[in-house]
Amino acid sequence: MATAGEVFRRSLTETVGQVCDDSSSSSELHVLAVDDSLVDRKVIERLLKISSCKVTAVESGTRALQYLGLDGERASVGFNGLKVNLIMTDYSMPGMTGYELLKKIKESSVLREIPVVVMSSENILTRIDRCLEEGAEEFLLKPVKLDDVKRLKDFIMKGDGKDGGETRILKRKQLDGYASLSSPSPSVACDPSSPLMPSSSPSARSSKRAKLRNKD
Amino acid sequence: MEGSPLLRQVAHQRQALFDEGLLDEQFVQLEELQDRTNPNFVEEIVTTYYQDTSRLILNIEQELERRPLDFGRLDGYVYQFKGSSTSFGAKKVKAECSLFREYCRAGNGEGCMRTFQQLKREYATLKRKLEAYFQLARQARLTQTASPPG
Repeated sequence: MATAGEVFRRSLTETVGQVCDDSSSSSELHVLAVDDSLVDRKVIERLLKISSCKVTAVESGTRALQYLGLDGERASVGFNGLKVNLIMTDYSMPGMTGYELLKKIKESSVLREIPVVVMSSENILTRIDRCLEEGAEEFLLKPVKLDDVKRLKDFIMKGDGKDGGETRILKRKQLDGYASLSSPSPSVACDPSSPLMPSSSPSARSSKRAKLRNKD
Repeated sequence: MEGSPLLRQVAHQRQALFDEGLLDEQFVQLEELQDRTNPNFVEEIVTTYYQDTSRLILNIEQELERRPLDFGRLDGYVYQFKGSSTSFGAKKVKAECSLFREYCRAGNGEGCMRTFQQLKREYATLKRKLEAYFQLARQARLTQTASPPG
């Protein structure tokens, strides 16, 4: 698995920027989970730990931004703790919603490369679309299952879509397809540092939505 | 040791929780997350669930005493209740929450109050039956670790 490790390490550096070498050298993902529900935080924490991820669970978007070093005007380079490889956030939270948190992260030059996944117990298409449009990697319906986490982890570990990254390529296509249909604003789903796939048809977008809709 | 009457009783009681519609598949997911490194996971979640929901019950009770009723705030609390119940696998309680939310959205105060009473009843039943089940399961674990003579 050394190859996978190298690929992972390289894509990590690309996505997260210059990484201090004295931070953890393991290939474990560090996930920041954001949810106001204590039950949900405990469950997601367990799901992630079983999937061999490091977890930091916080209760609000504000806390999440503090942890990421984005409270106040300037992002600090010396983050609290380890670099974050993935952010999983609930959508409906008091104060700052998951959507607002997503926006803030994607607006930050330091943090925008971190993949963000939004979770919600409500299957509302406009909500899903908004999040994907704003740059969320994925929208998960709660309750989140172990399979969801494993799939996410594989997706993140595979980085730039090498070997078997078919799902990722497909999703990227769908996101790009959607992006080409939505507003021309630059803050779209596409991650400029990853290989852009040629845009696809609107049917790709509706098939992704259909997939989410059918999930029960 | 396998097939002992106590273990059979535990299994039977557990199954009843599902057959009676009190718990759903999500609870099974939680059980599957428990292992040797985290042997108390389910009970931890249960405790957290009770903490969460008992607070919400108080909040809802307070809201229902306001005049006029603030359906938005009420719905907010019920949404949280439903969320926790969904993550826990509390099937009937979750269904009552859904109904409750419908009444909130319809601005139907009487419906809200009626449904809240039902919700509390279902919740109390769930707690009671879960407690009985966990107690039995603990008992079974204890008798298992005490090795029988010969």
